[in-house]
Amino acid sequence: MTTPLLEVKGLRASAGDKEILRGIDLTVHLGEVHAVMGPNGSGKSTLAQVIAGHPAYQVTAGEILYQGQDLLDMEPEERAQAGVFLAFQYPVEIPGVSNAYFLRAAYNEIQKARGLEEVDSIDFLDLLEEKLKVVEWGPEIMSRAVNSGFSGGEKKRNEILQMAVLQPRLAVLDETDSGLDIDALRIVAGGVNALRRPENATVLVTHYQRLLNYIVPDHVHVLSAGRIVRSGGKELALELEERGYEWLEDEALTS
Amino acid sequence: MSSPVETLVNREYKYGFVTDIESDVAPRGLNEDIIRLISAKKGEPKWLLDWRLKAFRGWSKMSEPHSWPNIKYNPVDYQRLRYYAAPKTKRPLGSLDEVDPKLLETYQKLGIPLSEQKLMAGVAVDAIFDSVSVGTTYKAKLAEAGIIFCSFGEAVREHPDLVRQYLGSVVPASDNFFAALNAAVFSDGSFVFVPRGVRCPMELSTYFRINAAETGQFERTLIIAEEGASVSYLEGCTAPRRDENQLHAAVVELVALEGATIKYSTVQNWYAGDEEGRGGIYNFVTKRGKCAGANSKISWTQVETGSAITWKYPSVILQGDNSVGEFYSVAVVNGRQQADTGTKMIHMGKNTRSTIVSKGISAGRGQNSYRGLVKVLPKAAGARNYTQCDSMLIGNRCGAHTFPYIEVQNPTAAVEHEASTSKIGEDQIFYLKQRGLNTENAISMIVNGFCKEVFKELPMEFAVEAQKLLGVSLEGSVG
Repeated sequence: MTTPLLEVKGLRASAGDKEILRGIDLTVHLGEVHAVMGPNGSGKSTLAQVIAGHPAYQVTAGEILYQGQDLLDMEPEERAQAGVFLAFQYPVEIPGVSNAYFLRAAYNEIQKARGLEEVDSIDFLDLLEEKLKVVEWGPEIMSRAVNSGFSGGEKKRNEILQMAVLQPRLAVLDETDSGLDIDALRIVAGGVNALRRPENATVLVTHYQRLLNYIVPDHVHVLSAGRIVRSGGKELALELEERGYEWLEDEALTS
Repeated sequence: MSSPVETLVNREYKYGFVTDIESDVAPRGLNEDIIRLISAKKGEPKWLLDWRLKAFRGWSKMSEPHSWPNIKYNPVDYQRLRYYAAPKTKRPLGSLDEVDPKLLETYQKLGIPLSEQKLMAGVAVDAIFDSVSVGTTYKAKLAEAGIIFCSFGEAVREHPDLVRQYLGSVVPASDNFFAALNAAVFSDGSFVFVPRGVRCPMELSTYFRINAAETGQFERTLIIAEEGASVSYLEGCTAPRRDENQLHAAVVELVALEGATIKYSTVQNWYAGDEEGRGGIYNFVTKRGKCAGANSKISWTQVETGSAITWKYPSVILQGDNSVGEFYSVAVVNGRQQADTGTKMIHMGKNTRSTIVSKGISAGRGQNSYRGLVKVLPKAAGARNYTQCDSMLIGNRCGAHTFPYIEVQNPTAAVEHEASTSKIGEDQIFYLKQRGLNTENAISMIVNGFCKEVFKELPMEFAVEAQKLLGVSLEGSVG
């Protein structure tokens, strides 16, 4: 059997004194799309942030293996360089730094880590041209400062653009659908679908089933109070849509 | 637990070395005899000695400013300092070939090669070492265009009438405590004269280096652009790492006649002292320009990253109608550094315009104050000012302060002031790290973005230098 791309085993994590993840197990193979669903406060976003290495969370037990390696031992930038990408729920603004400059710097860091050649700004523009199509954007977005003054929808599209440029092996999308109108949702989902390959994998963290109409997952997991309480195929998402989260939470309490 | 910002390593101040060279130094202390000694060493005319002595008598009645600036320091013991130090030479320097190799080596180490072949293309340099100018490049080439670019001492000898006409015309000897001190004891500096209608074909630059211990540096720069002339001038500064504080009290005067443009850029990187605040330069500087003629323009751009204490307010007197004053500033404090800096825009003429863009960055235990005055006098109909004043905080132990003063005496004036304070967040850093940048590059990108509006005003070579410098100054303990 091949080594999974991502193995989360018995993961417990806290923010300060508060334990948020209470023993998560999750295995993701290349070529798969996993949806992690759950009510607010269930720990979905925390899981995404811990995979990316956010310093606000402390891992107290368990491990995360990425391509068989200890991910928790790596700095956030090392994880990014190894192909882990987090599409942020709240993308951060960097005033005064153009999107083009920022993206090229990120691209070159990852190229360097992979032992590949860095590109200059002219070649990078060529590369961008094709990537911009993924999110249906023109080149003018590249001269704007990173996320500064972007609408909510533009920020999310910008995350997908970054993903298209950086070509991660593992993409974790944290509530990328939240706050999007139907057109933006279509563009964002279209971008994610266009980037699906046998040699990468995606973890979608979402509250709503709606995104899964556009991006069809192979596996669906339901998180409640820091644990995965049920896993299943794409039909589990539809069941959630009909019945809400309460029945699973009740089940979890009585089990 | 230390945050990613805190874990940044402390890099050495790379200009902290001392040049081992024999110096001719004045005895400690300040009195009329010392002033006579300085004046005699420089072979000055009597009018200049008299000017110095008058300044000294005025200074003796003044006191060091402690109450209004937002800086804390122990009073300087002026009698313990030396007021003159010069590398020993056997005879006056005829050309750059005769400069002591040790001095050439010093400037080489600082990245300022003084041999003209190796120079950055298009930049003429005057190198000031302690109290004297050790060499000026491209002088002959500039002279062909009628431009005078030389040390102040040489200007006094060769062009006494010009010096006498303009010296103290913008910053009078009695202006303030440090300006008066400078007038009494100034040793050298740069002099620039661009005649009517001439656009200076290259960047002019002065590189200031303090070397001797317990010696103050008091240079004086005078730049005159006649009708329709233009010039861009750069200054850079470094000093060795020493445990005691050193005083740098300079004066810069700019005069722009009708239709003239002067652009003055500074990248200041004096030794800032150590983590605990020991040592470092006291940078008490008076810089002022006068837009004397109509349609003239003076633009100050400064990147202040060094010094234990910075106290400076590059200002513009907008006397000519339609004249323009600009001030673009980045001031960085880290460790225990303190800065009280800003500008004064004095609108006298009609339709005068000024722009102020100030970016203050505070890290470590640094304290950064912006202090700016916009004054519109009764005759300045149609005057306009736009001020933007942004502060960025890195960590929890630093401070940012803003002291804007606005005095408007003409009802047709329009004065705008915008201010913001932001904190560089772990979230911004994490976002960039998640995209593959390390902490150092992440902070540098965020800070450079913050300063972009100022950096784009710098000449190209300096902009690159300034960006690098900012990265270095922000390293160290932050929290």
